[in-house]
Amino acid sequence: MTPLTPVRTVRGLAAPVVLTLFCAAVLVPFLSLLLASVQPAGTPLTGLALPRHGIHLENFAHAWSRAGFGPLLRSSAVIALAVVPAAVLCATLAGYALATMDVPGGGKLYTYLLLGLSIPTEVTVIPLYYDLRALGLTNTVPGLALAEIAAFMPFGVFWMRAHFATMPRSLIEAARLDGASSWTTLWRVLMPSSRPAVTTLGVLYFVWSWNQFLLPLILIQDPRRRTAPAGLGFFTGQYGVDVPSLAAATLIVIAPVLAVYLFFQRHFINGVLSGALKG
Amino acid sequence: MALTTHHPPPVPPGPARNRTGRHAGARRRRRRRATALLYVLPALLPYTLFAVLPALHTAYLSLFDWDGVTLPSFTGFANYRKVFSDPQLRAAAWHAGALVLFFSALPIFIGLVSAAIAARRSGRRGTAAVRTLLFLPQVVPLVAVAIIWRWVYAEDGTLNQLLRAVGLGRFADSWLGSFTWSLPAVGLIGTWVVAGLCMVLFLSGTQRIDQEIYEAARMDGAGPVREFWSITVPLLRPEIAVALSITVIAALSSFDLIYITTGGGPGNSTVVPGILIYRLAFGGGQVGLASALAVVLTAVISIAVLVINRLAREAP
Repeated sequence: MTPLTPVRTVRGLAAPVVLTLFCAAVLVPFLSLLLASVQPAGTPLTGLALPRHGIHLENFAHAWSRAGFGPLLRSSAVIALAVVPAAVLCATLAGYALATMDVPGGGKLYTYLLLGLSIPTEVTVIPLYYDLRALGLTNTVPGLALAEIAAFMPFGVFWMRAHFATMPRSLIEAARLDGASSWTTLWRVLMPSSRPAVTTLGVLYFVWSWNQFLLPLILIQDPRRRTAPAGLGFFTGQYGVDVPSLAAATLIVIAPVLAVYLFFQRHFINGVLSGALKG
Repeated sequence: MALTTHHPPPVPPGPARNRTGRHAGARRRRRRRATALLYVLPALLPYTLFAVLPALHTAYLSLFDWDGVTLPSFTGFANYRKVFSDPQLRAAAWHAGALVLFFSALPIFIGLVSAAIAARRSGRRGTAAVRTLLFLPQVVPLVAVAIIWRWVYAEDGTLNQLLRAVGLGRFADSWLGSFTWSLPAVGLIGTWVVAGLCMVLFLSGTQRIDQEIYEAARMDGAGPVREFWSITVPLLRPEIAVALSITVIAALSSFDLIYITTGGGPGNSTVVPGILIYRLAFGGGQVGLASALAVVLTAVISIAVLVINRLAREAP
């Protein structure tokens, strides 16, 4: 062991100090919202205040029933249930083909799909609104779901293609020699060991679908039928001054996505990090 | 999230095992290629119909003067001329540029410095928990982030409370309502959101760096600052490029945060392209102009991503 010189001590302390500061910076805003949510509604309050008048959980009940966040959460869940499995399936099939088969024009198709990564929602949302309205698909689940599936597809194909490209080719060739069709090869041979990649994609898709704001804001004009975050935006405009109610509603909207994150955090973090770096 | 677009070499066609002559082999190969295309179709179809065609439709709409109700009239590039001359639209461009500083430059710098400091700490206890916590802002919907920060920045909010507690009460302000402070205030929310992502990204990058390089540098008498600029930063180039791409896209196409915190105000002091597109198309009856702005925004984002990736691939 080297003796602790002052320089070494400072260096040794720097890391924990920096990390603690970072964690505090992340936590304090959340904490002040949490504390605000249990204050009695309609009273003036200040930033980080401990609940002196008891813990008022009725803010949550109020947000859930009277402010209508129960139905909003349900429609968010319906959208996510429509989007996530469909998008994961489409991305898996395409990624599989692009990684292991001789797709005519495969390279060009892949580039075409990747272009979508730099298409912002702002550029698709205007015609989506007018075109879906012409088809009678505004204010509906399929309309919003299709728009989200389309927006999520580039990353999914990229992700699954990268995954299947890492699988040993001998595995695929052996299956083919045994007479397995490409379909059987995918589901019987490759999918059993693809669970982590598929789970990660599913988790990312769930979070993106849940958090999507601009698309539901425009494509679903009826505020009561929007998704939870879009409903929250509407609620902010109406009850912006009532901090406890707004805080409780916000926490209700965050809760599902937070639960999924805490449960699948490894998948989520690794997905974002390696998804970003595999490029 | 991955934004580089280098193409994979096309998979070489497998050896056609033609036992029944060349014809049958060719036919089988053609069948197999058709099947392969069928696999791609379910992804291609929704992507083309609900992402690519709408984007092209926007480009088409940008050539018209249209209020969304009556018949559109063709005006050529008049909307584009307006995008580049209208003072409000120009202000939006400036603000988007300022947001790049807050969403990209600042978090990447913070991330690099803290990763450099944290990378070589002895004990690695609690690293997973710290990672989970630092990633938290990535998971929460931006609408919720905006509401959280509205409360932090409010007149009686957490920030002013903190300032008063340390005797700086005279600096307390209504941050989001101030012409001077609203833009940096909104920008710092972006910094808060992405700094953790950058830090975790760089931390995982530093694990790739051979510790011996640092040892050697220290032998040669390099201080921590020198070490940072000549080892950590150059070797983290790929990670920095990724962080830049992600954050520049987030900054330029930002909408949710600003829509909820300031709505573009006070006045036009935090107006950004996303807000203007929304306002013009869905409230202002200027669908053509909104479309032109959206097209320009997409072009700027694509060029930025392209340049970042080009720079990242050049040898240091």
